[in-house]
Amino acid sequence: MNDAAQSLTDVSFQMPSLHEVIKVLTLQAGYNSALVIGGTTMLGLAAGIVGTFTLLRKRALMSDALAHCSLPGLVLAFIFSFFLNLNEKNIYVLLLGASLSGIIGVYLIDQLVRHTRVKEDAAIGVVLSVFFGAGISLLSIVQSLNTGRAGGINHFIYGQTAAMNQHDAVLTLIVTLLTLVAAILLLKEFRLVCFDSEFATVQGWNVQRIDLIMMLLVIVTTMIGLQAVGIILIIALIVIPPTAARFWSEKFDRITIISGSFGALSCYFGATLSTLFPRMPAGSVIVLTAGLFFVISFLFAPERGVFATSMRFLHLRTRISIDHFLRSIFEQIELKFGAKEDSYELSKTEVNSAAPKQFFLRKLVFILLAKNKFLTKNNNDYILTVKGFKRAYELTRNHRLWEEYLTQYGDIATSHVDYSADMVEHVLSHEIVKQIEDSLRAKGKIPRALPQSLHPLRET
Amino acid sequence: MIHPPIPAKQSDSSLSKYPEHSATNPLSVHAMTVAYHQKPVLWDIDYDAPLGSLIAIVGPNGAGKTTFMKACLEIIPVASGTIEFWGAPYAKGRARIGYVPQRESVDWDFPISALEVVTMGRYGKLGWFRRVKKEDRDLAFKFLDDVGLADFASRQINQLSGGQQQRVFLARALAQEAELYFMDEPFAGVDAATERAIIEILQKLKNHGKTVICVHHDLTTVPEYFDNVMLLNTRVIAAGSVKEVFTQENLKKTYGGKLTLLDEVSEAIAKAKGS
Repeated sequence: MNDAAQSLTDVSFQMPSLHEVIKVLTLQAGYNSALVIGGTTMLGLAAGIVGTFTLLRKRALMSDALAHCSLPGLVLAFIFSFFLNLNEKNIYVLLLGASLSGIIGVYLIDQLVRHTRVKEDAAIGVVLSVFFGAGISLLSIVQSLNTGRAGGINHFIYGQTAAMNQHDAVLTLIVTLLTLVAAILLLKEFRLVCFDSEFATVQGWNVQRIDLIMMLLVIVTTMIGLQAVGIILIIALIVIPPTAARFWSEKFDRITIISGSFGALSCYFGATLSTLFPRMPAGSVIVLTAGLFFVISFLFAPERGVFATSMRFLHLRTRISIDHFLRSIFEQIELKFGAKEDSYELSKTEVNSAAPKQFFLRKLVFILLAKNKFLTKNNNDYILTVKGFKRAYELTRNHRLWEEYLTQYGDIATSHVDYSADMVEHVLSHEIVKQIEDSLRAKGKIPRALPQSLHPLRET
Repeated sequence: MIHPPIPAKQSDSSLSKYPEHSATNPLSVHAMTVAYHQKPVLWDIDYDAPLGSLIAIVGPNGAGKTTFMKACLEIIPVASGTIEFWGAPYAKGRARIGYVPQRESVDWDFPISALEVVTMGRYGKLGWFRRVKKEDRDLAFKFLDDVGLADFASRQINQLSGGQQQRVFLARALAQEAELYFMDEPFAGVDAATERAIIEILQKLKNHGKTVICVHHDLTTVPEYFDNVMLLNTRVIAAGSVKEVFTQENLKKTYGGKLTLLDEVSEAIAKAKGS
């Protein structure tokens, strides 16, 4: 059976060998696959960078509108080429038609938002679907033309990465270089307009011009991407990489670089996979790879990731619970025995009322109390150690200091209250702390048993 | 010693033919009308901001205070009228104008640090393609320090409190090193300490001969904080020194029957006049 026949009948995936995988990954699996992988990777880089700007300008969906609205222009360009007996697959003619109708669509959305009460999301939905519908209808005309090559235009909808030729690759390279140059030269301008366009206007920047440059970059990137990933999925390359990159940094320039890298890597792996498994549509593989980057970012990014934030939250809750536990224990001891520095045996009810109710949190609190040697267990009884007592004393004192501070200086204190009770000395000057301590002592709220607590406690 | 006014070039100023507008004033507005969806928001505004004063714009919600500022700054278009800065159109005066927008006007989750926001105040002086240099950053840091936020320079702006965010915006305007400042509710949602810090900075600007125009909501602090006031409700009800125009009668005209604060305000006026 020859190759062509096999590819028609063989519907199963064939696992490529490791050797093949390495060859494709290192761009040595032949000129064509190297071209496709290299070209798509550049596209991903450009889309990731441009996407950062549009996402932060809150115009991410513009690319989607642009892509969908490009279909009627694309098909019309094809039909005209056919009737004028031009080469109907001339990429420049097709992309020119696509860009024109894409721009008209985006212009209509803008006008709708500006001059009517239609909101942007609704305007995008209306224009995008009408244009796309028109494009699909026009496609049926192309099919009736019987050129036998209508498939050449069909694949713009879902994308056909493997169709990328040398011409397309060069075009992609030019667009990518253009994007890089713009990103380097205009980073400051983009940052300004994305953050505060009104301030930019006041400063004398021509915001429309900056927006126009940004829009042009989106247009060329989207158009170049149409062939590779298709009208429906190109939005993924513009939106997913910067959204994923946002999880990793709080800096505009770094997010741009990370987003570009995510885009490039998604395309690189996506195109590689579809070279190894020719039956998998490259566009969707690329989007799925980008999606994987997103999932990893949103779960595991060190600061903003779900994992990190929930760990921080758990940590905070445990700490607060431990603080509450110790303070509550201290107050009971203070009531019964005064606040003499010592170790104390605790009753079951005391421990139970002070500990958090939730099972998991409760376990965690006891483990940490034991680990810090604040609490030890003697047979079945809990004992608050001297170390635990000191910590409880310190917490109670700080807590009372804060309370007193808020009642005395309440009007100016609001900017300080979100600090943890531990930090009273770091936040307030020593004079203020001393003043509050004096007033607390006068009210008998600072235990007299430990006047030396103002300074490091002595070991007993 | 009084300096003679610098005569504006005839070609620049179209207001020079009106004797009531002086080319030495940082801001002159003549017959300004602004409309949203064919409905006038500001109607036939005539106003002159006196040099070197702290000016409050007060008026009820929807009176067009923010619109007035944005129209002066060409952020939104005017339906008719002329606006001049030092007797010349906006484009000529722009480098001498600083702006503090409303805090809600930007996305505070934007990936940017407090210092970088302040550095933006220098962008206008840099111009196209020029990169931010160390001097710009140092200067921005100085202004951040002036508003008491030196310790927060590298914080992402979302990790700042509302009052701190407001101060970052103020520092950015200071970094513009302007002579006329427009501030849209600089005291909105800030704590008492921040309010005091901001008013001190505004007084300092005034002492250096700068002019500051603020949209202001708290009528009770007008006599204490400002020396000039513009009472606005679609039209200019009254404008001038606080002592002369910030009166019960004018406030009633501005706020209609809606003003429940009136007694408090008259108390504040009496207190300010007594001192």
